[in-house]
Amino acid sequence: MKKVKSSILNIVLVLAGISAFAGVTLASVYTLTKDTIKDSQTSKIEEAVRAVLPPYDHVSLKPIELKNGVETTNVYKAYDKNNAMVGAAVESTSNNGYRGTIDIIVGFNTKGVIMNYAVIEQNETPGLGAQMESWFKTNIAHQDIQGKNAGTSNLNVSKDGGEIDGITGATISSRAFLFAVRNAYFAFTSNLDVQDQGTKVKVDSTQQKSSHL
Amino acid sequence: MKQSGVKVFLNGIFKENPVLVLFLGMCPTLATTSTALTGMSMGLATLFVLFASNVVISILKNLIPERITMTAYVMIISTFVTVAEMLIHAYYPAMYVSLGIFLPLIVVNCLILGRVQVFASKNSVFYSALDGLGMGLGFTFALTVLGTLRELLGTGKAFGNTVFPEHYGALIFVLAPGAFITLGYLIAVVNSAKLRKTEDIEDNID
Amino acid sequence: MTYILIFISAVFVNNIVLSQFLGVYPILGFSKRIDMVPGMTGAVAFILTISTIITYIIQKTVLIPYHVQFLQTIIYVFTIASLVTLTDRVLKRVSSSLYQTLGVYLPLITTNCVILGVAILVARKDLNLMESVVFAISTSVGFGLALVIFAGIRDQLSLVKLPKSMEGIPVALITAGLLAMAFMGFAGLVK
Repeated sequence: MKKVKSSILNIVLVLAGISAFAGVTLASVYTLTKDTIKDSQTSKIEEAVRAVLPPYDHVSLKPIELKNGVETTNVYKAYDKNNAMVGAAVESTSNNGYRGTIDIIVGFNTKGVIMNYAVIEQNETPGLGAQMESWFKTNIAHQDIQGKNAGTSNLNVSKDGGEIDGITGATISSRAFLFAVRNAYFAFTSNLDVQDQGTKVKVDSTQQKSSHL
Repeated sequence: MKQSGVKVFLNGIFKENPVLVLFLGMCPTLATTSTALTGMSMGLATLFVLFASNVVISILKNLIPERITMTAYVMIISTFVTVAEMLIHAYYPAMYVSLGIFLPLIVVNCLILGRVQVFASKNSVFYSALDGLGMGLGFTFALTVLGTLRELLGTGKAFGNTVFPEHYGALIFVLAPGAFITLGYLIAVVNSAKLRKTEDIEDNID
Repeated sequence: MTYILIFISAVFVNNIVLSQFLGVYPILGFSKRIDMVPGMTGAVAFILTISTIITYIIQKTVLIPYHVQFLQTIIYVFTIASLVTLTDRVLKRVSSSLYQTLGVYLPLITTNCVILGVAILVARKDLNLMESVVFAISTSVGFGLALVIFAGIRDQLSLVKLPKSMEGIPVALITAGLLAMAFMGFAGLVK
């Protein structure tokens, strides 16, 4: 078989053919994976929401979404049998990690005490920043954020005058993590009485924005 | 062209290992080997793209006019990279996050464009498939070895299993400098093995 | 202030070559002659800035509004490839002296992962246009810095007697490792 000549017609035909091939392949893989991608994300979040909340009867898994520029915050409220709120799980992100975005879920009771947290997404250095998955719930004084009232505690790394000891050798990751925690609390308090879906409330994202790229 | 399938296949794994001998695809090699698992996953993703592109391009090689070969190749390669991206995102989301921007950057991995131009555009589908498999496995092999070494030296683990306590590890091997240094020594070891082999042959001739 | 932080971060703390591993090829292979550095850096800075702006616009006006972010890789690759070709042609026509200083490095750039890498990074970090431009320029400065330092070190290295198996790439990689270690000292500059 001889090689096809480089005439304009041939070029157009071949490029069109390859584009069609690319289009069909991509479209089919896209439709195949679209739902799975969405599912795996939502199920991960649902699992995390259940893990970080105080004992509850039912939870609104449709979040109240708050968005202000870069950071998105989702609030999932939990209720007991009598439909009284027992706490909320807040998904909060920080773009200031050592290697990109850190996405966490923090659980609060109604008084604003941190019950637990879960890391949804982080890409920090293994052995350093990646320790955040367990560091801030290890039962050591000045390290554990569980049981602290986010409203009255100074949730900053001790280097910056706060009361939490950051991960050794990973101050940037620790700062980003605690920033997300504070942001979560802010979203939590500013929404205690917001009931309807999709209401926008200002989230404190002025500080620290883009300080680490 | 007469060649043996086994030879084509093994060529990429040992004699012309893309990373350790040909020095192709350095960026992902350095960037994704902080643990054995990420290194291996990167290797397998590249293997998939290389294999698929090699096969498709060797089928189409006579249909693509001379003037647009590069455009056509890049188009086919980036299609498969996007497919790999979507599949990993769907079925292995944690790895999608770990590999980060290096997943789309498979497109500019010179290993793939290099093999497509040098091999698939001149050989039959069968041999191109074998070449893609061999080269891809060679790449995966190198990345897995490098990842295991770095993870072990840095954190005392291999594929997440503790081998020795973490505080005996030197964390620097997981960080950027460790990538350069470990790969440097690994290539030096391969080089010295190669040198010894050529010396042996020379000795035999004497 | 943000821009200064982006600059320091991209040049020193997260140097594109020494901590992000993008563009190690020019460092390992082509940096034998220090006089090539300005041309190479200039070419990278030029293409990088323009491609970052164009891909930014594409991302904001096409990919996001039409929910086709999954096409990002393909579209970016083609944008950059056509941009390099176009620049090559324009430079050849417009000025032969400029072509000789910058143009000869253009073919080396197409497969350089710095350009595509920065375009994708900008999209993932969700920077605004001005920040993206500053980031692109700073990244090329960081690239140039690594290139200069490396060319200097290699000049010295050629005078050293090394074991045969360490010559060439291995010693270059290990040197890069030591340099990366030195650059880790900058980590405190940006909080």
